[in-house]
Amino acid sequence: MSTASSSAEGRSTLDRVVIYGLLGLFAAFYLIPLFVMLVTSFKPMDEIQSGNMLALPRDPTIEPWMKAWGEACVGLTCAGIKGYFWNSTKMVVPAVAISTVLGALNGYVLTKWRFRGHKVVFGLMLFACFIPFQAVLLPMATILGSLGRFGNDLQDLIGTSLGFGNPTVNLVIVHVVYGLGFTTLFFRNYYEAFPTELVKAAQVDGASFFQIFWRIMLPNSAPIFVVTVIYQFTNIWNDFLFASAYAGSGDVMPMTVALNNVVNTSTGVVEYNVNMAAAIIAALPTLFVYVVAGRYFVRGLMAGAVKG
Amino acid sequence: MAFLEIAGLKKRFGNVEILKGIDITLDKGGFLVLVGPSGCGKSTLLNTIAGLETITSGEIRVEGTPINGLHPSKRDIAMVFQSYALYPNMTVAQNIGFALEMRGVAKADRDKAIADVAKTLQISHLLDRKPSQLSGGQRQRVAMGRALVRNPRIFLFDEPLSNLDAKLRVDMRTEIKRLHQTTGATIVYVTHDQIEAMTLATKIAVLKDGELQQVGTPAEIYNRPANLFVADFMGNPAMNLMEASVVSEGGRTLLSLTRSGDNDIRLPVPASASSQGLDGRKVILGIRPEAITDRDGADRNASAVEVVESLVEVVEPAGSDTFVVTHIAGKEVTARMRADADVKAGSRLPFAFNLDKAVLFDPGTGRRI
Repeated sequence: MSTASSSAEGRSTLDRVVIYGLLGLFAAFYLIPLFVMLVTSFKPMDEIQSGNMLALPRDPTIEPWMKAWGEACVGLTCAGIKGYFWNSTKMVVPAVAISTVLGALNGYVLTKWRFRGHKVVFGLMLFACFIPFQAVLLPMATILGSLGRFGNDLQDLIGTSLGFGNPTVNLVIVHVVYGLGFTTLFFRNYYEAFPTELVKAAQVDGASFFQIFWRIMLPNSAPIFVVTVIYQFTNIWNDFLFASAYAGSGDVMPMTVALNNVVNTSTGVVEYNVNMAAAIIAALPTLFVYVVAGRYFVRGLMAGAVKG
Repeated sequence: MAFLEIAGLKKRFGNVEILKGIDITLDKGGFLVLVGPSGCGKSTLLNTIAGLETITSGEIRVEGTPINGLHPSKRDIAMVFQSYALYPNMTVAQNIGFALEMRGVAKADRDKAIADVAKTLQISHLLDRKPSQLSGGQRQRVAMGRALVRNPRIFLFDEPLSNLDAKLRVDMRTEIKRLHQTTGATIVYVTHDQIEAMTLATKIAVLKDGELQQVGTPAEIYNRPANLFVADFMGNPAMNLMEASVVSEGGRTLLSLTRSGDNDIRLPVPASASSQGLDGRKVILGIRPEAITDRDGADRNASAVEVVESLVEVVEPAGSDTFVVTHIAGKEVTARMRADADVKAGSRLPFAFNLDKAVLFDPGTGRRI
C-alpha cells in the first residue's frame, strides 16, 4: 500500500470522527432538555430539591405522572389535566379534518378547474399564511362574539344553539380559517403536478366534480395528505395564543392553556416533577403523530417540492 | 348525412386563433386521422369533439344532432389519452369498469362487460393488478379496454402510441387496425406520425397552424397532395421538390431543370397537371423518391418514364432499398433504388423518373396545379 493512499485514509477517518463528533454534540445539546424533563418527572420532590438535575432517579416513581393526569390543580379545580387533554382532542380532530379537506378542495379547484382570476385568489390565500396571529385576535373576537349572540338567539328560537358560541367550536372555526392558507398551498402545489389527463379521463367517463375529487384526487394524495395533517395537528395542538384568548378559562380550555395554569399555580411548593410529567403528556400526541407518519412527511415534502 | 360532422369550427384562446374554421365529415365506421406538426391544433380539435374544450364558433354534429353544447359524459364518446390516464389507485378491472360504475350499471353486468373486454384485449390475467405493476404495452391495452367497454358512438385516440418503444408501437398499430376492422367502430385519431396516419386511416386530415390543409384518403393525400406543405409532410423520405421552368420546344411543353456544372434536364409535364397556360411560368416539380429509380427498377406499366444521367453524391443503404442522393435544380434529390443496385458515390448513373407519379405546384401559392 502506498503512503499517499494510507494518509488519505487517515484523513478520511479523521473527517469521520469530526463529523460524527459534531453531530453527537448537537444531538446531545438538543436532547438534554428532554432528558431533564424525563428524569425529573420520575423523581420524588426531595430528590429534585437536593440532587443533580442530570442525575438518573435513585428512587423512580410514577407518582408525578398519576398526579399530573388526575390530581394536579388547574386554577381552582384539582382534577388533573385529563379533561383538558380531551378538550384539545375534541378541538384538534375536527379542525385538522375540516381544514385539510377544504384545503384539498381548494387545491383541486385552483389547479384543475381554473377560472378567471384563479391566480389572484391563490395569491390572497397565500397571503393569509403571512398574517401574524396577533393581528387577527381582536377582529376575530368580535366575529366570535357575534356568532355567540347568534347562538343565543337560536337557543331562544329553536332550543339549540347548533354549537354557535361554544368555545371549542369557536376554536375549530379559528383554526380552520387560519389553517386554510397553508393547507391550500400544500394541496395546490401537489395537484399542480398531478396529471390533468386523469381528470379529463374521469370527465369523459362521466364522473361529476365531487366524484372526481373523492374517487380520483383524494385517493392519490396520500403523501401530501400526511404532510398537511402532521403540520396542522402540530400547529393546532400546540397553539397557545388563540386558545388562551378564546377559551382561556373554565372547563373548556385546551391542553396548552391548562398546562400553563398547572405550572403557574401559586399555592404551595412548585412541583417540578408533576409539571414535567404534564408537559410531556401535552407533547405526546404531536410526537406520536410524527413518529407514526413522519417518514411520509419527508417523502411528501419532496413530492410537493420537485414540481409545481 | 355523415355520421360525424364538424362544420366551421373555430377555437380562440384570448387573441390567438387555434382553429381557424375546420370542416370535416366522417362516415360511420370510418377511421379519421388528424395529422400535423406540433402546435397545429390537432389535439385541441380532438378535445373539442370530446367536450374537454369549448368551441368559439361552429358546430359538431353526431348523426345530425349537435353535441358541442353537451358535457363530455353526455356525448357518448370514449377517449384514449397519450399518457393512458389510468387511475393509479384502482385495479385494472376497476379502471375499465369506472365509466360503467359512473353510469350506474349494476355490478354483475359490469363484471361481465369487463371480462368480455379483457378477453378481447388478452388482459384477463391482469385484472387484479394496479397500473403501476403493468408494462407500457399492457397499460396501453387497459386504456383501450376502458374505452371499448362502453361501446360508445365514437372513439377518440390522442397520440396513443407515442409513449411506446418502436417495436411495440408497430405491434399496437396493427392491433388498433384489427380492432377497427373487427368492431367497425368510428374512430378519430390524433398523431404526428405520418406513417401511423397512412397505415391506419380511411380518411386523413392534415392540419397546419389551425388550418385544414387537405382531407382525403391516404392514397389521395400521398399521391395528390393539395399543396407543398402536405407534399413535404407526408412520406418518408420526403417528396423531392425541385424548381423548374416551363419551356416550349419543338411543339412540346417541357419542364426545364437547371444543374450546376452540368447540362439542364428536360422532362415532360406530368399528366396530373394540364400544360395549358403554363408556358414560360416557374413551377415546382414534386416527385416521390420511389418514383426515381435505377433504370431496371422503373415501373413497367408507367407511361412516362424519362431517364436522366446524374452525379451520385451520397449512397444510403437501408437494407430493403438503397437511397441515392443527387443534386438537381440546386436541391438534394433522393432516389429509391433496389437494395442490390450497384451504385458508388461520385459516379454518374442513369436515374429513371416516373412522371406518372409526379405533381406540379405553383411556387407562389404553394397549391398543386
